[in-house]
Parts: sequence; structure tokens; C-alpha cells
Amino acid sequence: MSNTVELKNIEALLREVTDPEIPVLSIMDMGVVRDIEQNGKALLVKITPTYSGCPAMDTIATDIKLKMDAAGFDTTVKLVLAPAWTTDWITENGRRELEKYGIAAPLDETSDKHALIDGKRIVKCTNCGSTNTKMVSQFGSTACKALFQCEDCLEPFDYFKCLK
Amino acid sequence: MKDKLYEYILMLGDNSMILGHRLSELCGHGPSLETDIALTNISLDLFGQVRSYFQYAAELKGDGATEDTIASLRFDRDFRNVILVEQPNTDFAYVIGRQFLFDAFHLPLLEQLMNSNDETIAAIAAKSIKESRYHLRFSSSWVKRLGDGTEESHQRMQAAINHLFPFVSELFRETKIEKEMKELGIGADLSLIKTSFNQKIKEVFEEATLEIPDTPSRQTNGKTGIHTEQMGFILAEFQYMQRAYPNMTW
Repeated sequence: MSNTVELKNIEALLREVTDPEIPVLSIMDMGVVRDIEQNGKALLVKITPTYSGCPAMDTIATDIKLKMDAAGFDTTVKLVLAPAWTTDWITENGRRELEKYGIAAPLDETSDKHALIDGKRIVKCTNCGSTNTKMVSQFGSTACKALFQCEDCLEPFDYFKCLK
Repeated sequence: MKDKLYEYILMLGDNSMILGHRLSELCGHGPSLETDIALTNISLDLFGQVRSYFQYAAELKGDGATEDTIASLRFDRDFRNVILVEQPNTDFAYVIGRQFLFDAFHLPLLEQLMNSNDETIAAIAAKSIKESRYHLRFSSSWVKRLGDGTEESHQRMQAAINHLFPFVSELFRETKIEKEMKELGIGADLSLIKTSFNQKIKEVFEEATLEIPDTPSRQTNGKTGIHTEQMGFILAEFQYMQRAYPNMTW
């Protein structure tokens, strides 16, 4: 029983660690944390990279260690590759936070292709909600995003690409 | 066996490293902001894959090897990349042509490696393939745009393909190590990749109104460590800091 309570506390603490490139998004909502093993003071947190070259991973690992060590744990962070991360692991809360921050949340795989390849206007503008939007660039400010612009309110915004 | 697996992983990782480096040279020099960002993003993906491959290679090698020593302290003859990826960024058509030919090879390669008997290789491939799909979409859409664009863009895209195509055959020329790895169920079957590759090339070139050159292929042997003069220049830049200030970190 005490273990369950402890795990909840650990998760609550980990929830405070965010992606340095999307500071509103907790790593728990990103689906980056794959496993937590606790044995007394020893804590093992397994994380998986979103994109293989994601420069945020090293920072996230350091942030986890700093936060958990400060809470009295002896923390090891391990990077695991399998199973590979997918945007499906972003939680509902995570998707809401993304949208609030101005990043359109990933569509399902088929719609994503329609939006990125066929130029279908289905990605919703994070500013005014219109779907009259066009893709400006398949690659955006980071590898996980594409750049869009709203043709109604003219707001440029990022779209988080579907990764399956 | 360990040595052979190590070599095989270098064949996989070195292609991504050298191509990733070539793309990184375009940082701030792309023909437009969007293409600049796209090409450097692809570079970043490739380097992410390199890190995974080299971390594994370092584990197999032991002896204090790390991903960094493998990248920064090998000489050109120790590199196992194909000659195609060494080709310089002559102009945007060359950059796109090189990328497309590599992507059309890389994707079916990763598809096979996802089912490798080697768990680490399978995991890296499963991760990488999601990114490489985007790369192929990007490069093939530009091949079409340039090929089926203006007279000038068509002519330059075709010129780039004519130059690059003789380097393609090396991708499918099986080395001893690749044969052994294939037989062990660790590595890929290049003949199957060739079929998918040819299909993709045909489909995209048709739409791009480009011709598949019938120029003879070059007898290149990058996979056994025989590189062009390009390699020295690439490594001189890539490895400068470690060579000038051994063991430096930041």
C-alpha cells in the first residue's frame, strides 16, 4: 500500500518535469516516461525519445535526475528505444496543453497524410479555430513539427506531426 | 562474430553520419528558409540514428570506446559508408537527388531491419523508419517539383541524377559481411531492397518526367573503406575539434 502512495508521489513529481522545447507539456503527458521502478531510495526511470535526434532528451534526463534526487532518491535515467514512441501516447491533457500553447495537436495517420501531402485544409488554427489553413513547410521549428498558416486570421502556427 | 556485427553496424551508421554531415553543411545556406530547416531537420534525425548505432557499436567494441570516439577518432579507411552519401552539395538538385536516392534505399532497408534477429538493430530501425518516411516524402516531392518544373529546373535535376546514378549500384553490391549478416537473420537482403528501390525510382521519375540514366555504374567500394577524396575533407571538418584538442568536451 505504501508503495502505491509512493509511486503516485513519484509520478506527481515527474509531472513537474517538462519538455524544454514545449515548456507547457509535462513529460508524463508526452508519453515519454515508459517505466518507473523503485526500490527504497533507488529509482529507475525509463524514458524513450520522441525523435531519435531530439536534443531535448539529454536535458529531460538531467531534469528528471535533478528533481528526483532533490526529493531524496538516488535516480538513474535509462533511455529505451523499443517500443518506439508514437504521438498516440500524448495524453488528452497533453493535447489540450499543446493547443493552448499554439501548437496544433497531431491528427490521425490518414488525415495527417492528407494535410501534409495532399494539401487538404483540415488542420485547425490554434488562434481562431478555422480549418482554412495551409502548410508552409513540412518541417518546422523542430523535427516533430510542421509549419502552417491560417488563411483567415493569418496566424502562423506549428502542427505536431503524427508519428506512428 | 562480434567484430562482424560491429562492422555491419558501422555500415548502417556511417551512411547516416556522412549524409547527416553533408546536410548539416547547408545549415544557414539552404535556398529558402523552409528547405534550410527541412534539410537540417533531416540531418538531426540522421544524427539521432547515428547515436543509437554508435552507442551499440561502442558496447560491442568495448575497450573504452564511446559513440564519440567512433565518430571522431576513426580514419577514412575505417568508415563503411557508401560513396553516394559523400557526394558534395553541388547545387540544390544534387542535394535533393542524393537525398532521394538514399531515402528510396533507406526506407526498405529499415523495413527489413525492423525484423532483425538482433533486438537493438530492430529497435533502432523501428524508431528510424518513422522519421525516414518523412524524409522520403520530402525528397521525392522535390524531385517531382524540380523535374516537372521549368525547363531550367528539369535540366538541372536530370544533370544531378545523371551524376549521382552511377553510385547507386554500390548500395546493392553485397559485401561478405552483409551476406553473413543476412544469412544470420540480422542483416537485410539487398536484392529485395533493390526491387522496392527500382519501383520507387520508376514511379517518382515518371511523375517528375525524368529519365533513369543508363550510364555504367562505378566500381566503388566505400563499404570496405575505399573512399573518394571527399572523405578527407569531410572528416577534417567533422573531427577537427577532437584532433586539435584531444578529449575536449563541452
